[in-house]
Amino acid sequence: MAVSSSVEPDVSRVAPKPGRDRPPNPYFRNLSSKFATVPMILTVLVVFVGGSIWTVVFSFTNARSFPTGEFIGWDQYERLFRTKRWAISVRNMAVFGSLTLVFNFVVGFLLAVFIDQKIRFEGVFRTIFLYPFALSFIVTGNVWAWIMNPAFGLQKAMRDLGWESFSFDWITNKDMVVYALVIAAIWQGTGLIMALMLAGLRGIDEEIWKASRVDGIPKWRTYISIVLPMMRPVLITTLVIAASGIVRTYDLVVALTQGGPGLFSEVPAKYVYDFMFGGNLAQGLAASSVMLLTVGVILIPWAIVEFSQRDKNK
Amino acid sequence: MKNFSVVTGLAAALLSGTAAFADEPAEVEVTHWWTSGGEAAAVAEFANAFNATGNVWVDGAIAGSGDVARPIIISRILGGNPMGATQLNPGTDADDLVAAGLMLDLTELAEAEGWADLVNPPSQMDSCTYDGRVFCVPVNLHSAQWMWVNRRVYEDAGVAIPTTWNEFTATATQMADKGIIPLSVANGWPVQLLLDDIAIAVGGVDLRIDVYKNRNIERAAGSETTAVFEAMDAARKLVDPGTVVPQWNDAVGLVINGTAAANVMGDWAGGEFTVANMVAGEDYDCLPGLGMAEVLDTGGDVFYFPKNKDPKVEAAQLVMASTMISRDVQVAFNLKKGSLPIRPDVDLSAANDCMQKGLEILASGATFPGNIQMIDRDSLNQIRDIYNDFFADLDVTIEEAQADFVEVIRNAPPLQF
Repeated sequence: MAVSSSVEPDVSRVAPKPGRDRPPNPYFRNLSSKFATVPMILTVLVVFVGGSIWTVVFSFTNARSFPTGEFIGWDQYERLFRTKRWAISVRNMAVFGSLTLVFNFVVGFLLAVFIDQKIRFEGVFRTIFLYPFALSFIVTGNVWAWIMNPAFGLQKAMRDLGWESFSFDWITNKDMVVYALVIAAIWQGTGLIMALMLAGLRGIDEEIWKASRVDGIPKWRTYISIVLPMMRPVLITTLVIAASGIVRTYDLVVALTQGGPGLFSEVPAKYVYDFMFGGNLAQGLAASSVMLLTVGVILIPWAIVEFSQRDKNK
Repeated sequence: MKNFSVVTGLAAALLSGTAAFADEPAEVEVTHWWTSGGEAAAVAEFANAFNATGNVWVDGAIAGSGDVARPIIISRILGGNPMGATQLNPGTDADDLVAAGLMLDLTELAEAEGWADLVNPPSQMDSCTYDGRVFCVPVNLHSAQWMWVNRRVYEDAGVAIPTTWNEFTATATQMADKGIIPLSVANGWPVQLLLDDIAIAVGGVDLRIDVYKNRNIERAAGSETTAVFEAMDAARKLVDPGTVVPQWNDAVGLVINGTAAANVMGDWAGGEFTVANMVAGEDYDCLPGLGMAEVLDTGGDVFYFPKNKDPKVEAAQLVMASTMISRDVQVAFNLKKGSLPIRPDVDLSAANDCMQKGLEILASGATFPGNIQMIDRDSLNQIRDIYNDFFADLDVTIEEAQADFVEVIRNAPPLQF
C-alpha cells in the first residue's frame, strides 16, 4: 500500500503529452510495484482466503482427527450454540476484550503523556513499563497464577502478616475470574500501547505546542482536543494490534486459570484449539468460522466507512 | 540382553542391514508429560536405559498435563513433524493416526518378544492392537481410583480415620471446623478425576461399562446415575472454591504437609508421598476405589512410535520399544513412578504398601477398562466440561447435569477398532 500511494500522485500529475491522443492504460501504470506485490497478493489469496474457505467447508463435516469427514450440514453449529462452554467463552471474550481495551488505552496513553513530559531517566521508566511485554503470556499467566492464588499468594501473605480479613480470591471465584484475566493482560500489554502512543506523541510537531502555549490553552486541553485527534492513525494501528491480540487470547488463560474454575474463564480460541486437536476437528472449525464471521461483521463495515472517507478527502 | 540381540537382528532384517549401523548414534526425540518430581525421576530411568544401548534420548517433556500435551503431540504428527516416540494413554486417542498409517508397526518385534503372553492384564495389549497389528508398547498401569488420607491430621484432630468415601464425608465438617481443608482439589482435570472416582465408588463398575461402552441410555438417564450425581453434588458442597490450587501435585502437597485431610488422585500421587519420605499405613493411607469399590481401571501409559523417514531412527525406535518393556527397566521405572508394571514376572518386593494393594487387586482381576478405552476423546472432553461446570457452579442442578451427560452418551460415535 505504502509504495503505490506514494508513487501514484506523481504519475497522475504528469499531463498527457499533446501528441498522444490515447490516455495511458491504467493497468500498466507502476508496473514494477504491481509486480512486486504479486507474491503478497498470492499469499493473501491462497493462505488467508483459501485457508478461511477450507475452514468453513470442513466445519460442515463430521471430520474427527483428519479433514476427511462427510458433510452433515449444520450439526456442528447446532452443537456449538447448544454448548454452555461456548456461550461462556463468548461472554468472557466480550467482557475481557472491552475492559482490556479501555484500560490499556487509558493507562497506556496516560503513561505515554507522563513520559512525554521530558522527565529525567525517561529511558529507565520506558524500559520498566515495556518490560512486561517482553515476557510471554505463559510466563505472565504462571506468575499471576501464583500471586493471585488464595492458598499461596497475596491473600496468604497478607493474612500471615496479620491482616486476617484480607481477601483476594478472584482467580477461584467464578464471578470474578474474568477480571483476574484482565489484570494480568493489562500488566502485560499496557507497555506496548504506551510505546506506540509515545511514538505518536513524539510525531506531533513542536509548533503545535508553541501555538497552543501562545494561545494560553491548558495542557490537558491541548492533549485531548488537538493532539489526540492528530494521533488518529497511531490510535487506529494500536487498536488493530490490541484487538487482534484480544481475539486470539489463549495462552494467558491456559497458564493463568486453565479455563477454571469450572468453565468460567474459557475463551473462544481455547475452545477452537481444544476441540480441533481433541478428536473433533470439525467442531473446532465451526467455532473458528463463527469467530471469523464475527470479526468480519465488525471489520468490513468499518473498512468500508474508513476507506471511502479517505477517497473523498483526496 | 537377549531381547536386544533379537531387536538388532530384526532391525537388520528390516533395513537389509546397512544404514542402521552407521557410527553416529541415532537421536530419538521423546515427548511426554511427566514433569513432577516422581515422574521426572521415572523418565530418567527410561532415558538412561536407552542411552546405554548406544542411542541418544532427546527429552521433549511438555509441561502441563495430558490435556495440554496431547493436542501438541497429535498436531505435530498430523503436521508432518513427528517425534521419535511419544507417550499417550491406551485407548482411542491414536486411532485416526494409526488408521492413516502414521505410526510405526511394531508387530514383528512384539511377536519376536512374545508381548502378547508377557503383558498383564491382556486388555493393555488389546488397546495397542489394531486389526491384529501392534502399534504401541504399554509401559505401566495407572489407576485413578485412589483416595489419599493423612493419618496424622486425623489423629491430631481426634477424629476417626476414614476408610471409605462415605465415612470421609460424614466427618468432613468436623475437620473443616478445626481449620483443616477436608478435601484438597486442583483446578481442571483433577476435578474430572474426582467426580469420575465418586461415580465408580457410588455407581459401580457395571454401570460404568454399560453406559460408556454399551451406550445404555436408559441407565445413563436412570436413578442409578442420578445417585451418582447426588454424591457429586455432596462433594462440590464440601469444597470451598478458595482452597482450589492450580496443579494436582499442589493438592497432594496440601495433604502431605497437613493443611488438608484428604485428596482423591490416581496412584501417581504415591510418588509424591514417597519423595516426602512418608510411610504408607503409618503417615498416610491409600484407599483404592475410595474404599468403597475395590476396583482399579487399567488405564496407564503407552508409547507410540510415529513413522520417521530416517531408517536409523526407525531402528532406534524398535530398540527403545524393546528397552521399555524389558524386565529391569520395568522395575526401575515403575518403582520411581509409583505405577504398576505391565508384566507380572518382575520382582516388586521393594514396592510400598500402596503398590502392593494395587498389585493384589490386579492379580485378583478386579479391573475395568479406562474411559478412553470405551469412548472417544471428544465425548470424554464434553463430559469433562459438564463435570467441571457442575462442580464450580452450584446453580447447575443435578437434573441439568445428568441430562447433558445423557446427551453426550447418546451422540458418541461408535468405536473404530
